[in-house]
Amino acid sequence: MTDLALSPSAPPPRRRAAPRGAAIARVFEGLCFAAATFLLAALSGLLISLLIGGWPAIRKFGFGFLTTATWNPVTDVYGAAGPIVGTLVTATLALVVSLPIACGVAFFLTELCPAPLRRPIGTAVELLAGVPSIVYGMWGLFVFAPAFSKYVQLPMMMAAKPGSLLEKLTMGVPNGSGIFSASMILAIMILPFMAATLRELLMTVPAGVRESAYGLGATTAEVVTSVTLPYVRTGAIGAVMLGLGRALGETMAVTFIIGNSHGFPASIFDSGSTIASTIANEFTEASTPMHTAALIALGLVLFVITFMVLGLARLMLRTQEARS
Amino acid sequence: MTAASAKVARRRAADLAFKVFCTIVTLAALAALATILWSLISQGLPGINLRLFTQSTPAPGSQGGLANAIMGSLMMCVLAMVMALVVGVLAGTWLAEYGGRSAYGSVVRFLNDVLLSAPSILVGLFVYEIVVAPLHSFSGFAGAVALALLAVPVITRTTEDVLLLQAATLREAGVALGAPLSFVIRTVLWRSARSGLLTGALLAFARISGETAPLLFTALNNQFFSLDMRHPTANLPVVIFNFALSAYDDWRQLAWSGALLIAATVLTVTVVARIVAKEQSRS
Repeated sequence: MTDLALSPSAPPPRRRAAPRGAAIARVFEGLCFAAATFLLAALSGLLISLLIGGWPAIRKFGFGFLTTATWNPVTDVYGAAGPIVGTLVTATLALVVSLPIACGVAFFLTELCPAPLRRPIGTAVELLAGVPSIVYGMWGLFVFAPAFSKYVQLPMMMAAKPGSLLEKLTMGVPNGSGIFSASMILAIMILPFMAATLRELLMTVPAGVRESAYGLGATTAEVVTSVTLPYVRTGAIGAVMLGLGRALGETMAVTFIIGNSHGFPASIFDSGSTIASTIANEFTEASTPMHTAALIALGLVLFVITFMVLGLARLMLRTQEARS
Repeated sequence: MTAASAKVARRRAADLAFKVFCTIVTLAALAALATILWSLISQGLPGINLRLFTQSTPAPGSQGGLANAIMGSLMMCVLAMVMALVVGVLAGTWLAEYGGRSAYGSVVRFLNDVLLSAPSILVGLFVYEIVVAPLHSFSGFAGAVALALLAVPVITRTTEDVLLLQAATLREAGVALGAPLSFVIRTVLWRSARSGLLTGALLAFARISGETAPLLFTALNNQFFSLDMRHPTANLPVVIFNFALSAYDDWRQLAWSGALLIAATVLTVTVVARIVAKEQSRS
């Protein structure tokens, strides 16, 4: 080989032409990297902008911002306990109502549903998970609230004896809006989402695992509770927390129907507010710079709450994915 | 013997109760969701007519439609999709082809998943802080930026998923022919993943077309027909929100019709996306 190359008669080695597109290969990779970094920048930018925007309120009110319930744009004093409690209560209540139903739907679709109906119902549930939340909000305001006031709220208030616990719980103006109604709308809204995710998870259980449980004589209930559900446990908890995250950050479904008062809610039928509904209602009408800062600080609180929940949910779903 | 048969009876009863519970809650859930769709159709359909698409939002008591809001929503969604597609496809490509297995890659993937379900109102606040406040004006552009931020994670996720589904032999064949990886990605991988990318884009479009919260304080609203996105721009979700909470019957009618339009758009786009995805998996 070397002899050949050194022989004087051999032509000088020809330079290979660079392959087409080689010049921009680095540029392209750089662009892709920049786009990926943009995601990181967007999330940190979000956090930083909330910190900067909310800083005046955080500095002025300190920790009391989280624990006091005075929200007064006239005297420029803000405490976010009302909206924070409203957010946590509505989201939790929505989850408590929605979770058993979502599980029931998912179990029905994977174990009980007659085969020809399985796909259509499954698809319908998935489609409903994508309906914009403003539709749920409008339905809540115009259809749910009047019916709820007439058939549930008024009879309950009539039945409550003066001074009893029931009277305390059902206090408020019986117009159908309030913390409880908002929770119900939230529950209906996150239901298709959670049911669809749970169903998808349950379908990842290998057929052999399920069949061997049936083969040992287990009933459907036993197969679900002691075989398939434990099999997808981590992912299921993640899916539930994703639903919780949605309920915590939801704006439109809640704003229509929660009643929008800032005080500490006195009962579950009382009107209240959530962080998202407060921001949606007041941000463009904020009267003073401190009002704006207080609303952005509220956003920061929501950021911290939801991102802890969502982060945990994603980690759990990731673990499940890695396992199966 | 009796103890054993009592146990069997108990198990049977528990099983029956479980089955009845699952069936009833499924029926109840489907009924509730059907009620919602029914009231949307029954309240919205009477207001669907030509005027809805040709006239702008009226003053209370006079005739009008939603033309300005429909146009504004379309402009913002299209602009948002253009921005989101560029960023999302490139970011998804990086995760799938370049750095997805590095530590930085898993951080980016995790943050993308979190952004995917982040509260949209916070995105609105963010865009207000970085676009609206410095420029001292609400604008259609700000609205489009907010929507783009919501669409990017969806597109990134589907792009990565669909590229990872492509056979490794495709990449190897391309690179073995002497083409740089970037060339193979653009001419071979993107092309064979085309319908998957389209699915992602459609899902992202469905996601942003009904979003209200982030537009409340970025695009704001505009009573008049306008193609100028440098100023507050009318859009369907915010018009629906304002009109639904108003005290005028004709405004509420417009809100219902607008909600029906949005829901129908979202459902149609989602169904198309599913059909496209099915064709991809078949080929």
